[in-house]
Amino acid sequence: MTLSLPIYENESRSSGATGRGTPRPVPFARAEHRSASTPTCGTIDEDDSTALGRAIDDAADELRNAFPPVRRSVPQPNRPEDLQDIMGFFTDTTLCIGCKACEVACKQWNQLPSDGLQFTGYSYDNTKHVGATTWRHVAFKEQINRNSDGDGTVQSRWLMMSDVCKHCHEAPCQHSCPTGAIIYNQFGDVYLQNDICNGCGYCVSACPFGVLGRADNEHDDGHAHKCTLCMDRQEGGLTPACAKVCPTSSIQFGPLEDLRKKAKGRVEELRERGNDRAYLYGCDDVGDYGPLSAFFLLEDHPNEYNLPENPPQPFKGQKARYAASIGVGALLAGVASWLLARSGGNRRGR
Amino acid sequence: MPGLGASFGRGAATNFQQDLANSDCILIMGSNMAEAHPVGFRWPMKARERGATIIHVDPRFSRTSACANHYVQIRAGSDIAFLGGLINYVLTHEKWFKEYVLAYTNASTIIADEFADTEDLEGIFSGYDAKERAYESGKGRWVYADSPAEKKHEGEPIGRTEPESQGQGGIGKQGAGDRETGNDMQHGIHGPGLMGGASTHTSKRAASTSAHPPTDPTLQNPKCVMNLLRKHFARYTPELVSKICGCKPEEIQRVAELLCQNSGRDRTSAIVYAVGWTQHSIGPQIIRAAGILQQLLGNIGRPGGMVMAMRGHCSIQGSTDISTLYDLLPGYLPQPTTEEHHETLNGYVDYEGLPTGYWANTKKFIVSLLKAWYGDAAQPENEFRFKWLPHIDGDYSQLPFFEKMARGEVKGYFVLGQNPAGGAPNAALHRKGLRELEWLVVADWFEHETAVFWKDDPKGPKASEIKTEVFFIPAASIAAKEGSFTNTQRMLQWHDKAVDPEGDCRSDLSFVWNLGRRLKKLYEGSTKPQDQAIQHLTWDYAFDEPPRLPDGSLSRLTDEPDAAKVLQEINGYSLVERDEKTGKPKLLPGFSDLKDDGTTASGGWIYSGVFPAYDRNRARDRIIGDNPLQPNWAWAWPHNRRVMYNRASADPAGKPWSERKKLVWWDETQKKWVGFDQPDFEPDKSPDYRAPADAKGMKAIDGNSPFIMKPDGKSWLFAPAMKDGPFPTHYEPIESPVTNLLYPKQNDSPVVRYFEGPLNLIDHVPSKNYPIVACTFRVTEMYLSGPMSRFNSWLNELMPAMFVEISPELAAEKGIEHGGWLTVHSARGSIEARAMVTRRLRPLQIDGKQVHQIGIPFHWGFAGEAVGDIANDLVALSAEPNVSIQEDKAFGVDITAGRTHASNQIPTQSYARWPTTQPSPQTPKSAQPEGQVHQS
Repeated sequence: MTLSLPIYENESRSSGATGRGTPRPVPFARAEHRSASTPTCGTIDEDDSTALGRAIDDAADELRNAFPPVRRSVPQPNRPEDLQDIMGFFTDTTLCIGCKACEVACKQWNQLPSDGLQFTGYSYDNTKHVGATTWRHVAFKEQINRNSDGDGTVQSRWLMMSDVCKHCHEAPCQHSCPTGAIIYNQFGDVYLQNDICNGCGYCVSACPFGVLGRADNEHDDGHAHKCTLCMDRQEGGLTPACAKVCPTSSIQFGPLEDLRKKAKGRVEELRERGNDRAYLYGCDDVGDYGPLSAFFLLEDHPNEYNLPENPPQPFKGQKARYAASIGVGALLAGVASWLLARSGGNRRGR
Repeated sequence: MPGLGASFGRGAATNFQQDLANSDCILIMGSNMAEAHPVGFRWPMKARERGATIIHVDPRFSRTSACANHYVQIRAGSDIAFLGGLINYVLTHEKWFKEYVLAYTNASTIIADEFADTEDLEGIFSGYDAKERAYESGKGRWVYADSPAEKKHEGEPIGRTEPESQGQGGIGKQGAGDRETGNDMQHGIHGPGLMGGASTHTSKRAASTSAHPPTDPTLQNPKCVMNLLRKHFARYTPELVSKICGCKPEEIQRVAELLCQNSGRDRTSAIVYAVGWTQHSIGPQIIRAAGILQQLLGNIGRPGGMVMAMRGHCSIQGSTDISTLYDLLPGYLPQPTTEEHHETLNGYVDYEGLPTGYWANTKKFIVSLLKAWYGDAAQPENEFRFKWLPHIDGDYSQLPFFEKMARGEVKGYFVLGQNPAGGAPNAALHRKGLRELEWLVVADWFEHETAVFWKDDPKGPKASEIKTEVFFIPAASIAAKEGSFTNTQRMLQWHDKAVDPEGDCRSDLSFVWNLGRRLKKLYEGSTKPQDQAIQHLTWDYAFDEPPRLPDGSLSRLTDEPDAAKVLQEINGYSLVERDEKTGKPKLLPGFSDLKDDGTTASGGWIYSGVFPAYDRNRARDRIIGDNPLQPNWAWAWPHNRRVMYNRASADPAGKPWSERKKLVWWDETQKKWVGFDQPDFEPDKSPDYRAPADAKGMKAIDGNSPFIMKPDGKSWLFAPAMKDGPFPTHYEPIESPVTNLLYPKQNDSPVVRYFEGPLNLIDHVPSKNYPIVACTFRVTEMYLSGPMSRFNSWLNELMPAMFVEISPELAAEKGIEHGGWLTVHSARGSIEARAMVTRRLRPLQIDGKQVHQIGIPFHWGFAGEAVGDIANDLVALSAEPNVSIQEDKAFGVDITAGRTHASNQIPTQSYARWPTTQPSPQTPKSAQPEGQVHQS
């Protein structure tokens, strides 16, 4: 099955895309700063903002960043038609053969270090989870039916799934990043500018999927890292490394709208064939999230694949929580001052 | 692959891997295809998506099983029993494809009266010589009924002077050096691969068959092949088979039903196997059993119907085609022997050629080969220098050769792209062999076990005690050399050189060519007759112009051979005609143009046609078109036929069996065979053609006989070419905890060679000391014994340590903890590994007795970045009679908890978090990897 891919012409986009030859951000490298502007989705037209307006915006940004992370609006492309071009992954676990070619291709292309030689005993999984140095990870779940009685067929299953950053449309990592290192790039994917990252780790705890990690090894830069959806390859018109090497097309890459259509068709097809367990995870809303840019076709409960059933959005209800904490604080302060006042009064009374 | 050659005529996979997508049912057995061939596994997955049923039958529930619709767990080594159960089902339920079987197989042929089956002789065939532990097919009359009785070579074939007594092998008798070299010949000099020769070398190939043997199309004659087959497989009832295999009778029936439902005019099934079948003491016979099943179901020569051999290395098909085997010349011509009938060229042709079928052209092939090798020195009056070819006088296949080496009888050895110190059966004995050498040359990318055995073998003596001088030659990687690969579907794919190799790394071709040049120089002035062959060897492969890299710059390498010239020579050229454009000898368009008068030269007749003109290397083609077979993507031998025997895709009258499964058919108006594929048949031979009685060569093949490499044009249900019987029979592995339930008097194969000795002890059936059945296997993350994967931390992190898969029941019995250490013992030695306790393995009930199975990956060794004990140290050296292959897919072991020798292995290469940090060459800067790392 070959996936027909659109060829990307950066020039035709309204976004401020970096062209060929722009220095790429360098994860894991210490103290090397990049001067070129980073791509964002939907830059503001220069004409619309006055110098004063820009100054106010900048000040507001500074102010926002000075405080604990707050929810910010997701940058949107200027033209609605650009939305169709948001690129993503559809990972069909019914086609996964657990070969880990995606893991190796990802590491090779992105020059990620090996995680060390540890025999974990978790079935055939020795890299354990997605993290700073493993951006694609194949999970193995042995479901072996001990008793093969009945019609003589064995019902055992061995689930395999290649996990990856979901590139959420309202990414909590992006919201939580105090330095603005995490952005939406011209392909609509969540992109971490590693040189701007200050290593605070807010994104690590914000991500409900456990995607982000910090490179904390002895000689590493201490910054957060995650899947770039092979932004560099996309800029060159290439398919991301993992999707390119997948021998069974379990990982498919393309415009999300196309992928969603294809995925829904695939579920129907599987159901017709009698597989009533197949369903899509992240193709539509999941938990507090809208559709994910990397979504999955699963055959069992999400937890079996180490995915949250209802991924929480950490910023959901944040205002109410702030209000509640201020309220509780005020109440406690009031109670404390009343107690103080009362004890002072008592003392006076004595 | 004699299992396929004996059945169909050519020892290669019958179809191409992509064709698996056209199958309606795929039985994967003896193969862990999803793990060992993940890229090819794309096609079974595609078939599954189209609604096909995938069945996996294997001792272990592997990643292939996870992708299959049905999985059946059987005991390792019980494959023939299982397949016999399927054949029994097909025959007893009369589900065989009648028109196909009657027209295209030798089912109706009548076999000589004197032939006796295992049913008659309690487990052995007629013609067995217990003293020599060998069959003599001539004496046993494994022949068609009209064949003349043996005269010329009856009784005492040369070389069978003395039986190989037990205990002579395995360096048991140090004094064995005085034994005659002829001793190795008792199983025939030729081991592997004679493509469908009529018989073994114990009788003249041409004598035992004819184009039109007596037949009984009504199948009434009790001596016709079909009735012999019925008799032979009558014992393989689901009940008995399930007792042998440890599965349920219903499981066998279910698999048989699925195969039968998906075979016939409108549907086809495929069988896929790999070394899980070949590496047994009865390996080729398992493949024969699959061939019989597919013949009965009419699944050969048709789209989606095949026996697919999945080969383990990227050009191993090429290494048998353009042979690196000691007993074959390129193109499956037998290497001449010192026997009397090979003394002259005409004797050789007379003895090896067949009067009917395509092998009638044998003289053209051998003469063209001699012209290609010896050039002008080869003339008709000197028999084209046939005598210069090395005439072999014994078994020089790897296992017997290393056994000889371990006795100190071998002086020097070249190892190119191989790792016998870790990857060969009874690797400890192989390392002992290497220690006995005077010199050893190893050419490889990395210093693997075979290169460092003298200093890093934890089980070996100190380096100071080893006299072997080891030369390590750095080899060029794939991107730094050009050449062709021949893959499992016989397809030659050329690849260009992208960059010059680093440093002193050179391609294997360059190494061999320069070695040859130096040898020629060394013997330049010699007047000895034995040096003439080297003096006159054509060896002109130098580049005409300095070679260039893809970017146009000159290669910095000098003294390099032009690989294209080698392929041109293999393709063949005319010695009388000239190419118009270049003025060089005209390249041949195909093997039908070869001549036996010395006017053509061809270094490997089956590849003829790959290089039809100097500017047209068809192996380099990458044209994708509308034809689903993609005939212009590279080139496949023979003659770019992608599905062999494809005449069988049409019925005897030449019409497709069905619209859905049409491939090649007879066009009555054009009077020729047309279709999607190149017909594997004479293109204008009408289906009505009937050969006259005295016809020779291809003229003797009828228009309804698709298997043109066979003298009678039929595929062979009864195949006397096998050295261990014309029908496959279940025997237990040489080590097995259970006796042979099928033939209690004959536990293991009567003709297997053991090489027993102190370094190669065997716990014979029933194995009392080592009652657990072990099976070696592969995982996707590693490659073979690891020389290409254990030096790379991106792969090592995925599978970092040697482990052994055991069932929870066995773990509980032995007190082994998941993730903890265990030791595996066999009669040859013991190894330590981590325990992978998993329900994917389970104990089996064999004849009421519980039998445990364990799985041992064979990827680790003492060299590299990730090290571990060598699984192959456990395996016995033994040799199956047809191909001298070992049995490492079923052998006896015992296990204990914990470590026994706690070998503290130190990796020979220190761990690097990044295997490479270099930029990707010739990639735009914008597309360079993001993390070009600067570590502090």
